[in-house]
Amino acid sequence: MPAVSKGDGMRGLAVFISDIRNCKSKEAEIKRINKELANIRSKFKGDKALDGYSKKKYVCKLLFIFLLGHDIDFGHMEAVNLLSSNKYTEKQIGYLFISVLVNSNSELIRLINNAIKNDLASRNPTFMCLALHCIANVGSREMGEAFAADIPRILVAGDSMDSVKQSAALCLLRLYKASPDLVPMGEWTARVVHLLNDQHMGVVTAAVSLITCLCKKNPDDFKTCVSLAVSRLSRIVSSASTDLQDYTYYFVPAPWLSVKLLRLLQCYPPPEDAAVKGRLVECLETVLNKAQEPPKSKKVQHSNAKNAILFETISLIIHYDSEPNLLVRACNQLGQFLQHRETNLRYLALESMCTLASSEFSHEAVKTHIDTVINALKTERDVSVRQRAADLLYAMCDRSNAKQIVSEMLRYLETADYAIREEIVLKVAILAEKYAVDYSWYVDTILNLIRIAGDYVSEEVWYRVLQIVTNRDDVQGYAAKTVFEALQAPACHENMVKVGGYILGEFGNLIAGDPRSSPPVQFSLLHSKFHLCSVATRALLLSTYIKFINLFPETKATIQGVLRAGSQLRNADVELQQRAVEYLTLSSVASTDVLATVLEEMPPFPERESSILAKLKRKKGPGAGSALDDSRRDPSSHDINGGVEPTPSTVSTPSPSADLLGLRAAPPPAAPPAPSGAGNLLVDVFSDSPAAQPGLGPSPEEAFLSPGPEDIGPPIPEADELLNKFVCRNNGVLFENQLLQIGVKSEFRQNLGRMYLFYGNKTSVQFQNFSPTVVHPGDLQTQLAVQTKRVASQVDGGAQVQQVLNIECLRDFLTPPLLSVRFRYGGAPQSLTLKLPVTINKFFQPTEMAAQDFFQRWKQLSLPQQEAQKIFKANHPMDAEVTKAKLLGFGSALLDNVDPNPENFVGAGIIQTKALQVGCLLRLEPNAQAQVQWSEERGEGMQSVGGQAPQPVCGTLSRQQQQQPPWPQLQRHQPPSCAWLLSPQHQVAGSGYLGPVDGLFCFLLWLPWL
Amino acid sequence: MIRFILIQNRAGKTRLAKWYMQFDDDEKQKLIEEVHAVVTVRDAKHTNFVEFRNFKIIYRRYAGLYFCICVDVNDNNLAYLEAIHNFVEVLNEYFHNVCELDLVFNFYKVTVVDEMFLAGEIRETSQTKVLKQLLMLQSLE
Repeated sequence: MPAVSKGDGMRGLAVFISDIRNCKSKEAEIKRINKELANIRSKFKGDKALDGYSKKKYVCKLLFIFLLGHDIDFGHMEAVNLLSSNKYTEKQIGYLFISVLVNSNSELIRLINNAIKNDLASRNPTFMCLALHCIANVGSREMGEAFAADIPRILVAGDSMDSVKQSAALCLLRLYKASPDLVPMGEWTARVVHLLNDQHMGVVTAAVSLITCLCKKNPDDFKTCVSLAVSRLSRIVSSASTDLQDYTYYFVPAPWLSVKLLRLLQCYPPPEDAAVKGRLVECLETVLNKAQEPPKSKKVQHSNAKNAILFETISLIIHYDSEPNLLVRACNQLGQFLQHRETNLRYLALESMCTLASSEFSHEAVKTHIDTVINALKTERDVSVRQRAADLLYAMCDRSNAKQIVSEMLRYLETADYAIREEIVLKVAILAEKYAVDYSWYVDTILNLIRIAGDYVSEEVWYRVLQIVTNRDDVQGYAAKTVFEALQAPACHENMVKVGGYILGEFGNLIAGDPRSSPPVQFSLLHSKFHLCSVATRALLLSTYIKFINLFPETKATIQGVLRAGSQLRNADVELQQRAVEYLTLSSVASTDVLATVLEEMPPFPERESSILAKLKRKKGPGAGSALDDSRRDPSSHDINGGVEPTPSTVSTPSPSADLLGLRAAPPPAAPPAPSGAGNLLVDVFSDSPAAQPGLGPSPEEAFLSPGPEDIGPPIPEADELLNKFVCRNNGVLFENQLLQIGVKSEFRQNLGRMYLFYGNKTSVQFQNFSPTVVHPGDLQTQLAVQTKRVASQVDGGAQVQQVLNIECLRDFLTPPLLSVRFRYGGAPQSLTLKLPVTINKFFQPTEMAAQDFFQRWKQLSLPQQEAQKIFKANHPMDAEVTKAKLLGFGSALLDNVDPNPENFVGAGIIQTKALQVGCLLRLEPNAQAQVQWSEERGEGMQSVGGQAPQPVCGTLSRQQQQQPPWPQLQRHQPPSCAWLLSPQHQVAGSGYLGPVDGLFCFLLWLPWL
Repeated sequence: MIRFILIQNRAGKTRLAKWYMQFDDDEKQKLIEEVHAVVTVRDAKHTNFVEFRNFKIIYRRYAGLYFCICVDVNDNNLAYLEAIHNFVEVLNEYFHNVCELDLVFNFYKVTVVDEMFLAGEIRETSQTKVLKQLLMLQSLE
């Protein structure tokens, strides 16, 4: 075979490359390159027309220079010229240059597309392939627009050469992935499916990839591919035939094609046709059988190729999850690999078994390998293998082996690689919680975690142990005793101090009877750690101390002494200083009763998904927690928090009582920000956002996602138009482009709302780093509280994810919140900002009212600020029914027989916000002749002060009828003043503050915890 | 699917790069450096697979060259591992005992890759067919 000699054909190029390689320094290299560039430039500019060979050589040199990392700003035209050469080598260099240095220069693109078009039509298979490869390599939208229609034709044409078909299939695949809208399905789809029957295995190999991608989006159109794929697979698997000669790799017939076919089948459920299914099961069995046969070669290539098929077969078996026999056989096969000398196989077996563990048919079979897996965790040299072993242990864990697995993981943790410690900690914490039979074991496990790997115990983990201890009174005494003992270690982790401080502050009384842990001993133990701790921990300890004053009156004097010390009262840290001041005052002025109420034991936390699990899911992406979701195979599994009644906050329809804590409201703007002493810290527990917003996310896994408005782009131009569609309705498609569809479903009641956003990935490619966030521009933060649940950061092709938003209207607001959606699609970051369809009228509740009532109220609302009036031209023919529907959708009640003129519409309703309720009356007077409507709206309960708040309701409505902005203003009601109970200026209020104050539940019950 | 193919030497110099996703130049440079960093620290007892961002790298070392294929997490590891070897055998046949210098001086012959991999998928696996095609192209002027 004539081997290629170095740089043959282009001596000048080889010399240049050698020169560059011989350069001793970067400077010398740059000098040589500049010399060459000058030379090439002069050749290109020269009068003498260059022949094809020289052009090719110089273009090639330019390309080499570019690949060395230097910019190239000329030569594009010459490269494009090469495209129209008749010589293959010249054409090839031209295409190569174009593919690497695509230029969006429109002039050139036209020329390039022209050259490609000619080559595609040339009937010369070599040229056609070059052109197709160029399209596939560039894959730009422009190319898609130019050629997406031609390529299916080439692919299914009867006279296309095999190599052209191969390239056309994959070229089409690339265009489809880049711009699915440009590749319309058509009559060619059926013929593409039939490529599975093609004589040429290379064509089949390429076509399977295309079909696998297309069928994900249109499973029904491609359904026939299942039986074709099965018969093709069957022929390969059972073949000894000679026609596979070229495609046999180290004695394995067509391994890559087999893998691709098996992957295609994973796009569909098991075949319904019994004959097809029988044939497929036979194939799968054959593969499993072959795995047991002695190898036909000792070469690793042989076993790898064979096992590639085997692992894909097992994936298909797991995908079907319906053949217990095959599942168990697969598990046994993987079990053999667990002890194989090839690291690759051990790794893959661990990985594959992880998915087998979640099948009810094979879960038990997987469990039998526990000792091998534990051994792998201890002895594997490659950290990634150990990590897979840890994953598998986690996946195979159930009530029967939890103690063993947790203790092995804890042992492993002592020597585990730093990279995976946090994950192991999370896993241990979850398993311990999930499978705790007695909670003392759970508490021991978590405290062990903190002891062994305190630095890696994230907040979620220790918050969770506190929640559980708070919710389970049978473990509180044990927890108090255990932390007390743990704190006696001379060096204990700060997280231990936090947990200890919290638990003793709540439940220290349960062990106070023992003289070894009497109140003064508890206090001095905690206080001995105080000075070594960070500010956050010290703040927590101060709260413990004030709790101690309530729990153990005998410690009052000592603790007041500590609080009074200059180091506290004049602490440079405001937070600590404030706590010291407030607690000191509280302890000296409040009566025992008030103290007892204020510092009462924490009520149980509302039940919800474990925050740790949520964290693990975030860490690992969706599905990571699925192994845990074993209710299917372990119906007896009960949650550790099982004793707690579900709270109303988990019911689906929001109601005012859902806000159990009465704390979600922002503090009134008038109040100083100082109350952070309590409020903010409470938020800290629940909020992921580092800037503790003055509001309380009601559950740990929820967060106020509130990046500053500067972090997000401006809303897309059509955002307003999209928003207007939703003023009078609650459901529909909010947004749609080629990649993404966002649907909305929402319901509102009183001042609360719940919105479901459905994000649909319209492509076949997974979206990565998918993160929708809600942003409150300007003052909106204080007007509207929106809690969002996180969604999975990956959205599979064709999949839809749902996000739930809980919305609470705190006060009247004008601008809607923004929804910012970001993700990576095919590596390219995408971002999109929309206006969330939450307008003030969503909280507008209809009110029925008699005519007399109506007009009486109407007349009372006579101040200019209480009225908004607007005359506007109807955009559409005025149809009474349509208008009625609009007004009802808008939220007001329609009052019949109120207005003397039956043509007019009269409505009434109440805008419900947390801070106040605003009654609104509305009249709409259509003037059919002039096509003009006159709408007037009056709001009640307003005090006239010099505020500037524009009147939102009227604006929203008339926008709906016609777009024009100016409205009179509506005054804001000054919200009820809620002076912070503990702020020094106000002294401590007594019990008088207990109870609801104008919709805000008093803060007293929720004193500074954490 | 394949996200990119990289051939690097031990010093981290790229000998061939094929991208099947849109990356800008800075991103490519970063990827090249990251791949080099994760792959070169591994020893022969380790697996041929490394988790890499949201993907994984399947790699094999031949003398001083690392052949790395970056694929989706749920792709078949062994199939791509052998795809690398299949490719290397073709190169070896084509260049007659391929060495690093062949790739340097014949950088413009990356069409070899296009014969076997296209649009991030395996296009052709038969060594005989690929070599026949390459020799045919070789004979063209």
